[in-house]
Amino acid sequence: MKNITECLEQTVKCFPDKTAFRDDVSELTYFQLMSKAKSIGTALAGLDKRNSPVAVYMNKTPMCAAAMLGTAYSGNFYIVVDSKMPLERIKNTFGVVHPVAVITETGLADGIREIADGAEIFICDDISETPADENKLLDIRAKMIDTDPLYCLFTSGSTGVPKGTVISHRNVISYTDWVIETFDIDEKTVFGSQTPFYFSMSVTDFFSTIRTGAELVIIPKKFFSFPINLIKYINQYKVNTIYWVPSALSIVANIGLFKYAKPEYLKKVLFAGEVMPTKQLNYWMDNLPDLLYANLFGPTETTDICTYYVVNRRFADGSSLPIGNACNNCDVMVVNDEGKECAAGEEGELYVRGSFLAFGYFNNPEKTSSVFVQNPLNSAYPEVVYKTGDIVKYNEYGELIYCGRKDFQIKHMGYRIELGEIENGAAAADGVSVNACIYDPAEDSLILIYEGKAKKDELLDELKKRVPEYMVPNRIIKIPSMPYNSNGKIDRVWLKNNFKNIE
Amino acid sequence: MEDLLRILNEVKPGVDFTKEDDLIESGILDSLSIIQLVTKISDEFDVEITPLDLVPENFKSAETIYEMIQNAED
Repeated sequence: MKNITECLEQTVKCFPDKTAFRDDVSELTYFQLMSKAKSIGTALAGLDKRNSPVAVYMNKTPMCAAAMLGTAYSGNFYIVVDSKMPLERIKNTFGVVHPVAVITETGLADGIREIADGAEIFICDDISETPADENKLLDIRAKMIDTDPLYCLFTSGSTGVPKGTVISHRNVISYTDWVIETFDIDEKTVFGSQTPFYFSMSVTDFFSTIRTGAELVIIPKKFFSFPINLIKYINQYKVNTIYWVPSALSIVANIGLFKYAKPEYLKKVLFAGEVMPTKQLNYWMDNLPDLLYANLFGPTETTDICTYYVVNRRFADGSSLPIGNACNNCDVMVVNDEGKECAAGEEGELYVRGSFLAFGYFNNPEKTSSVFVQNPLNSAYPEVVYKTGDIVKYNEYGELIYCGRKDFQIKHMGYRIELGEIENGAAAADGVSVNACIYDPAEDSLILIYEGKAKKDELLDELKKRVPEYMVPNRIIKIPSMPYNSNGKIDRVWLKNNFKNIE
Repeated sequence: MEDLLRILNEVKPGVDFTKEDDLIESGILDSLSIIQLVTKISDEFDVEITPLDLVPENFKSAETIYEMIQNAED
């Protein structure tokens, strides 16, 4: 199959009346999902555009899924825009991508109208009632190829200019082939979806659902504030597979939730997006021992994931979980600064090749050519690979270990140091709920910032047991509350600029 | 109550918690900040806040959070 809408139609043939997407107030069966997507696609086809960006500015609902697929029917590609994002930042994104249309919902339409920049505004509820023009849609699809874009996903570049990765139908089909075969996704799978549709992790559960006839239960964000309700909700809909960010799994562990309520149907726990702390993973594995746990790893530029590790042994608190090995139909290489393959155990940058790879960034040839490069290990024919900027090495089991970001790798007193390793050590100490290590090049000093009830000298003693002398921070700062950026990650830029004023 | 207001302002600076009466619906307290808040309350008031206390009604306002702490102290 060359197009994700063909995958959807195949599933509709097998399971027309099965629920495809639901949240706490609405649901769409596969047949309804397809019908609405075709209607939306017909309305968009009126624009007479091809391979053009369409912004989807909606809350995370089943209807939002229909709008995303409707864009694919129209022969264009979607950009899901966070409905909570400040309009100024959306304007930034639109400045890069210039969408030809925006699909939105009534409550959000007024705000977006102000910054739409000439794009036509469609209200999803209205256009999902358009009579579908089947012939026109078939005609559009006949002209499409599998390398046409399906979506563009924006990540905040560290410089502040948003970076839009363009992903094709083929990328998603190749990638979900791996997801489906590796984790046995089928019509009995019920995903409890935590990640937003504008985040690459959602591609995994969203499209493996559509391709297999599984069900995707959208978990409203509010349930993560009130975890008893969270468990009730996922039990009510018999959720058996979750793919969450570690911080969501950690909430459950940190408050000791399983003493009060347990998921009854859960079979598979997948996670990615950040480093999963082993202390919290052990809490899950102790309380729910018979489940499958897998650590997935990869950037938006490889659709979502390039390596994975199914947890098959116990890890001591504070040790690091492997990121494992390459997915099927994906290949990874560890390359040193000289552009040569690293020896076993040697640290180097992770490069990825294969069909999961994006073509590059929208309207950004400079950034694209700096990271989508000729395979340094192949000079015989053109082959583009992606430089992840992640530093990794193989352990004694032949599994990859994540060491940190290349941007976070620093030289201190002559030693090459991964700040992540210091953070791992600090995370294992009692009374440290979250921590970040930064480097101040002006003073050649390491600064560890943490939140929690641990005393500074206790934490320092603890760290001395876990990391070599040259990695012991020069300064430890206790912060009342850690700053986070809009992606929910620790705001390291802020910490770097402000650590002197915290205490 | 003053201790609580201080903790609330550490988690979410710039909010006048004496005036807000729907912290959840207004989006002032999201899931991350509620968990941060609970950790701090447990530490500083030396009480055990269990998942059973984590219900929307207890987090509507500084008042209701304070009541929850007092109940936990009993």
